[in-house]
Amino acid sequence: MKKEIIISGFGGQGGLAIGKNLAEAGMAEGLNVTWAPSYGPEMRGGTANCSVVLSDKPVGSPVFARFTELIALNEPSLSKFEEGVLPGGSVFVNSDVVTDRVSRSDLTAYYIPCAKIAEEVGNPKVGNMVMLGAYVAATKILKPETIEAMIQSMFAGPKAKFIPLNIEAFRRGMACVQ
Amino acid sequence: MEKELWKGNEAIAEAAIRAGCDCFFGYPITPQSEVPEYMSAHLPKAGGVFVQSESELAAINMVYGAAGAGMRAMTSSSSPGVSLKQEGITYLAGAELPAVIINCMRGGPGLGTIQPAQGDYYQATRGGGNGDYRTVVLAPSNVQETVDFVQEAFDIADQYRNPVMVLCDGLIGQMMEPIEWHPVKKRALPPKDWAACGRKGRDHHNIITSIFIAAEECSDHNDHLTAKYAEMEKNEVRWEEVQCEDAEIVITAYGTPARIALTALDTLRAEGIKAGLFRPITLWPFPEKALHTLAEQDHVKAFVDVEMSTTGQMLDDVRLAVEGRKPIRYLGRAGGVMPTVEEMIDLVKSALKEVK
Repeated sequence: MKKEIIISGFGGQGGLAIGKNLAEAGMAEGLNVTWAPSYGPEMRGGTANCSVVLSDKPVGSPVFARFTELIALNEPSLSKFEEGVLPGGSVFVNSDVVTDRVSRSDLTAYYIPCAKIAEEVGNPKVGNMVMLGAYVAATKILKPETIEAMIQSMFAGPKAKFIPLNIEAFRRGMACVQ
Repeated sequence: MEKELWKGNEAIAEAAIRAGCDCFFGYPITPQSEVPEYMSAHLPKAGGVFVQSESELAAINMVYGAAGAGMRAMTSSSSPGVSLKQEGITYLAGAELPAVIINCMRGGPGLGTIQPAQGDYYQATRGGGNGDYRTVVLAPSNVQETVDFVQEAFDIADQYRNPVMVLCDGLIGQMMEPIEWHPVKKRALPPKDWAACGRKGRDHHNIITSIFIAAEECSDHNDHLTAKYAEMEKNEVRWEEVQCEDAEIVITAYGTPARIALTALDTLRAEGIKAGLFRPITLWPFPEKALHTLAEQDHVKAFVDVEMSTTGQMLDDVRLAVEGRKPIRYLGRAGGVMPTVEEMIDLVKSALKEVK
């Protein structure tokens, strides 16, 4: 089992955090993981992205030209990375921001209204948790309990009040693809 | 032991603190700025000294001063910044001062780009400063190795009274990977009875200098240093061989390209192609004998050297070790573009076609 994932969007949309959450959760489940961010000029084109590998074998290359999944949080990310997804792979589209559709027929597309759900849950900042939920539910590679335990430990102490909000957003994201 | 997810640069800084780094002097530059950032927050709490210097030149000379006083001193930078430190490094070598220098390489020449590269191999292994000197160069290819090597680098430096460089690239500095803070073996180290930290009742002053103005004296000093470098060559050389036992094509690579090569090997082996990886871990001393021995094996038909450098820098050391016994093909990408798994696979296949 090996997942190679690109998560891409504008800075501030939480794309790098989604990647970090996936890596953290994968590590908690005993997988080999890597997280590599883009830190160069491409960030200025609206495609700040990270490359995540989740694998049951040691990870060789942490970067890759072709990948099993794409999480596209904005329009430029979908147009830039769609062609890199391996045949049979999945694309997760932040459909409140991205109006384009996935053009390839050999991919499974999931359209997740992250901003709308985040708004409904009560905080526009948790859109990335919605997307994380959708990814986890669709790929079944990580246990939802692992993510929820991670959310619990992420918001320790005075930040504990954000736990229910984030868990709600995560579960609503899962429900989008179930 | 529990695994923790660490970013390479922050792990470098934490590893140095755990190794007993007393003083850190640095100046920000992408892609290594998290090293001084982390140090500024955590080293003073651990009882150490952090100074953001006014320049790279100042930083390396502060390292000289602190090391001369017997402190465990370190600096970090990225390629253009490490170029600026070269004068200081040759002075450290000349004055026989232990220090750890991190180079988180980016694309050059000149200011180049902030993306990962390996164009500083010559500078690191040949000495970017003047005179006959060597620095041990450790080249990790993942975050775990990086933290292990940073800790060991201080011991190597103290053992030989010589600067040690940990040479990684922007990708290793920026990426996150699970690591374990397992204990790193400590070496038995000589006392720093040479340090200039007050006379303390001794019958002589300790003097730290790299000037030996009388020719004979300087010649003796060079002989002494050369003998020391020979000891390092004997004791410190390290490498890793992956699936080389029956390999027909051997990829030579270090750092990030070496881990990209591991992914290429998976695909090649699955297709029945006997490919292996020879990974130098110390770039100086280079694992020349081990590579030479491998080149003499009948099953090895050719080598494919892969670097994030277009001119082929480690390639020279590979050639010296292989001594023309087998053909060598080269794949180089520079300026922040990394060689891909697919490119490596293609080159291995075409090399195999040529020799079969």
